[in-house]
Amino acid sequence: MSVTTASRTLDLLHRAVNSDLYHSFRSSKVVMLAALVSAIMILSAVFSPILAPHNTLDLANIDLIDSLIPPVWMEDGDGRFLLGTDDQGRDMLSAIMHGARVSLFVGFASVAFAMVLGVSLGLISGYAGGFLDSFIMRAAEIQLSFPAILIALLIDGIFRGVLDSKTHDELAVYVMVLAIGLSFWVQYARTVRSSTMVEKGKEYVEAARVTGLPPYLIVFRHILPNVTGPLLVIATINLALAIITEATLSFLGVGVPPTQPSLGTLIRIGNDFLFSGEWWITIFPGIALAVLVLAVNLLGDWLRDALNPKLR
Amino acid sequence: MIGFIFKRFFQSFIVMFLVALLAFTMFNFLGDPVNQMVGIDTTAADRDALRDRLGLNDPLFEQFGRFLGNAVQFEFGQSYQHKRPVAGLILDRMPATLELSFLAAIFALAVGVPMGVYTGLHRNSVISKIFMTVSLVGISLPTFLIGILLIFIFSVQLQWLPSFGRGEVVDLGFWRTGLLTTSGWKAIIMPAVTLGLFQMTLIMRLVRSEMLEVLRTDYIKFARARGLSSRAINFGHALKNTLVPVITIAGLQIGSLIAFAIITETVFQWPGLGLMFLQAIQVVDIPIMAAYLMLIAFFFVMINLIVDMLYYVVDPRLRVDSAL
Amino acid sequence: MTLLKIDDLKVEFPGRHDTFVAVEHIHLELEPGEIYGLVGESGAGKSTIGNAVIDLLEPPGHVAEGHISLDGMAIEHLPYEKMRAIRGRRIGMIFQDPLTSLNPLYTVEQQLVETIQTHLNLSDVEAAARAIELLQQVGIPEPEVRVKLYPHQFSGGMRQRVVIALALCGEPELIIADEPTTALDVSIQAQILDLIRKLCKERQMGMIIITHDMGVIADITDNVAVMYRGQIVEKGPTQKILGAPEHPYTKSLISAVPRADLRLTRFPMVHYIEGPEPARADFDVTTHWLGQSRNFGKSDGPLVRVESLTMQFVTARSIFPSRQKVFTAVDNVSFEIREGETFGLVGESGSGKSTVARTIAGLYRPAAGAIHFAGGELTAIKGEKLLRPYRQQMQMIFQDPYSSLNSRMRVLDIVAEPIRFHKLASSRDEVVEIVEDLLEHVGLGRAAARRFPHEFSGGQRQRISIARALATRPRFLICDEPTSALDVSIQAQILNLLKDLQEELGLTMLFISHDLPVIRQMCDRVAVMRRGKICEIAETEQLFEAPGHAYTRHLLELMPKLEGLSREGLQLADENVIRNTQ
Repeated sequence: MSVTTASRTLDLLHRAVNSDLYHSFRSSKVVMLAALVSAIMILSAVFSPILAPHNTLDLANIDLIDSLIPPVWMEDGDGRFLLGTDDQGRDMLSAIMHGARVSLFVGFASVAFAMVLGVSLGLISGYAGGFLDSFIMRAAEIQLSFPAILIALLIDGIFRGVLDSKTHDELAVYVMVLAIGLSFWVQYARTVRSSTMVEKGKEYVEAARVTGLPPYLIVFRHILPNVTGPLLVIATINLALAIITEATLSFLGVGVPPTQPSLGTLIRIGNDFLFSGEWWITIFPGIALAVLVLAVNLLGDWLRDALNPKLR
Repeated sequence: MIGFIFKRFFQSFIVMFLVALLAFTMFNFLGDPVNQMVGIDTTAADRDALRDRLGLNDPLFEQFGRFLGNAVQFEFGQSYQHKRPVAGLILDRMPATLELSFLAAIFALAVGVPMGVYTGLHRNSVISKIFMTVSLVGISLPTFLIGILLIFIFSVQLQWLPSFGRGEVVDLGFWRTGLLTTSGWKAIIMPAVTLGLFQMTLIMRLVRSEMLEVLRTDYIKFARARGLSSRAINFGHALKNTLVPVITIAGLQIGSLIAFAIITETVFQWPGLGLMFLQAIQVVDIPIMAAYLMLIAFFFVMINLIVDMLYYVVDPRLRVDSAL
Repeated sequence: MTLLKIDDLKVEFPGRHDTFVAVEHIHLELEPGEIYGLVGESGAGKSTIGNAVIDLLEPPGHVAEGHISLDGMAIEHLPYEKMRAIRGRRIGMIFQDPLTSLNPLYTVEQQLVETIQTHLNLSDVEAAARAIELLQQVGIPEPEVRVKLYPHQFSGGMRQRVVIALALCGEPELIIADEPTTALDVSIQAQILDLIRKLCKERQMGMIIITHDMGVIADITDNVAVMYRGQIVEKGPTQKILGAPEHPYTKSLISAVPRADLRLTRFPMVHYIEGPEPARADFDVTTHWLGQSRNFGKSDGPLVRVESLTMQFVTARSIFPSRQKVFTAVDNVSFEIREGETFGLVGESGSGKSTVARTIAGLYRPAAGAIHFAGGELTAIKGEKLLRPYRQQMQMIFQDPYSSLNSRMRVLDIVAEPIRFHKLASSRDEVVEIVEDLLEHVGLGRAAARRFPHEFSGGQRQRISIARALATRPRFLICDEPTSALDVSIQAQILNLLKDLQEELGLTMLFISHDLPVIRQMCDRVAVMRRGKICEIAETEQLFEAPGHAYTRHLLELMPKLEGLSREGLQLADENVIRNTQ
């Protein structure tokens, strides 16, 4: 038994390496660079508690004496703080790594939330049709009228009004995930719904119905595997957008609190120092954010082109 | 056709109604208007009397009715923070936001559409690759970052353009415009580009992918087989068919500019509706939040309606019944 | 002077791994006024030749070798602008689907005038008048009115006429028609073919018709070239090629065409192409799994009885019931199917035959009427659980081999699903055993179970569908156009398989098709449907020899006239049944 699985895996790998997808991947240096950068950033973000030279989240570790030190290659730079420090004495490099971690977490979590919600509603809407479909689609339409930012702001505003500030700060990250996720589900729902409607008309679904299978079995076993195709591409686009949205909200001051700063928060903090000459406090997190999102977008672009047989 | 218009109007009403409901709920359950209005040493009895006078003890749907009635007359009460009527505040700040959004929209369309068409027609040229790279960067940079970068380059380093405010404004009665003075233009350029850049790249990519899609259709192939010139094919047929879906999506995108203005106004300290809204959220100033919400909803609903009409006008398949 | 001369043409498509040779060694000559057919099955390369002549090959396809000359002038490697001047003006082309060939956003007039003005120097007014003239020539009634309409406002046949008018704008000398009638209804096909023939003779235009349909070839072509895997295997005058073919492929291709004028015991096998038919294991029905539980209670009376069946679809929704528009797909249809017989349902598209099938299969609930099956009234049963035993006895095979199988599931799971769902096997191993047996029985081999649908061809996928249908040991099989989407040679194999299975397992079949010759070969009794109603029910032979209803006569007339076709290699049912069609 294990022999067959081993040879099966090898066969799979062999097919993967020879596949068009991989070939397309390797033929574009830019994409490979993007993948590399993404990998580095993601890994350093995920493992930041271990990898970061300083623990910037613990107030006890920060010393005001170390504040406003420029990056190491400038005059007055300090070898301990490669990218300089901010006004509180936090090491920029570590702050960026921790911040990236938060940004990524919110990004992935909100995309996952949106996907689960959107796919479920899309399946139900597409297969059931009728009143349920109309209802869900009206709701989607109404929501689409409002840009993600607005919805996220609104939800955050509501939570802010409902919870006292301490609980709000603790739950801020989850509120973010909810807010951003809620503003993205529509895209998944619509795509899955139209795919579902297409698959529903196909004869293998009719064959399953003739056999007597109940609707829930048909949806999960037959339709779901066939509609997941475009989801990956949407997810990568959304991931970039989610990270941007979270950064924007944090920048505006309604996102994650300064106790657990994301890249957006860092940029906001640093913005005040732009004119007084300590540009590194805002520019480095800015670059990190830009590079991260750029890499995600490049991967998404390549994925979309590679998986689309028509564009070859 | 008429049935279609009715349906859309009906839906718009429902949307406005729901938003009003949401705004009203916020009004009533988040924060206490009375506590916001009076000083600390007002007695509880006085507060109750105030509540009565303001009609806050009446049944909910009566209050909602009043709210709706007021809303239709643009009466949103007083801002907690500014102690001034909200309607007045909105009218004050609206021109700033509208001018900004308008300029950003023009920028997005005037640059995005031609770029999209070019990259669609000349997929592999060097210029196309440059455009695509620019668009990728445009999509990857959050609006506020673009703003900060522009400020960094043009205000801090080069000192060419101002980094906040509208510059000199000219009062045209109810509308204060910044477009009639040089300093006004200098002040609006960076915010407009910042606001419009994201949309521009979206539109460019949209036009490009639609164009590529259209160029692969049978009717384009048939047009080639009939010997039509490249110009006729690319601009007469392909472009027209591309623009139909693009117009509608672009319309919606432009609509969202008004909301995205929140970010740009924050970065550039632009005295518009967005900045006002943001400040209102931070201090939980409910009347402004509610009013802004209703206003934005109204804008969106209007734009959606117009876009739907546009679709109807442009695509003959929707207008006329099929198959004689 | 030869209008078109193709000399040793070779077209290649360079790819990542290797270069694909689409066609090679193509020699062809065409005179003005001549209609030349290019026939072959899918993938033979016929469209490629057409595309090469007019220089519309999909990149990276290109002409690697050979010459194409139009009226003596070489055109195979002309620069873009020179070729563009030829396209539409001297060579025209029409495609298969008229709906997608026309730009939906422009009126017919706009598209005609634009094309006219591209080639001829006419003013707007003159061009508009010319446009109306063209529409008249292609047989569109009230052209002055219709010229202002949009493409979607025309019916399929009318649209194809518009397409033809557009191709004629530049007064070309040669037209390449790529499957011009394939997307059209049978009755419309005949009209379009007549139009084409008339235009070619009147204008002395040369035409290359690319098709897979022998009927079209027999109808209007003067000469024909038979293609197989990128090469011309035989060419010559149509009558000779069809009546006395020489090349083995041509012979087998022709023998596989279903005849309207004969009844055969089995369809002859197209050995040249697929090799001998995959050997099917012989088995003894009484001991084999498939033969188990064949003890369905024999009911007296028919197995299936359809009574006053009516099926309606809502086309325009409205809150007001009076404004709702409803389309009656099936209108008061009644018929019976006796046990063990093959009952045919024939009609054009939109006649309601598929809807009847699906209603019997339980996919739709009828608006009115009843369906009786094996003694029980299906339409009266409420609740899925109670319907289940009946569902086991009735199964369906569909038309499109590409959408009737879930591409994400392995063949094993696809065929096993009904078995597992109805709990017809006692263990996992038994399920696998049964499925592999079934696959072998339909001619695919046991190894097919591990693979995915996309690894199989159209004909093989239909076999998988058949295996799935047999998995519950049904007694009634509904076949909805099971071979319409398949090449002629594969069709023969699948129909043979169905015949064999019916004999072995004593199946009752409801066979639906729009193809009369196939119906004649497969069915014992036939019902003719039109617009939701049944026109006539009769024994097959009687229907074909002495039709009762006017519509049946009309349909019979529309059948392709294939009398001249060679009868070599056919196994006739009964010597007395050979109809002499001299």
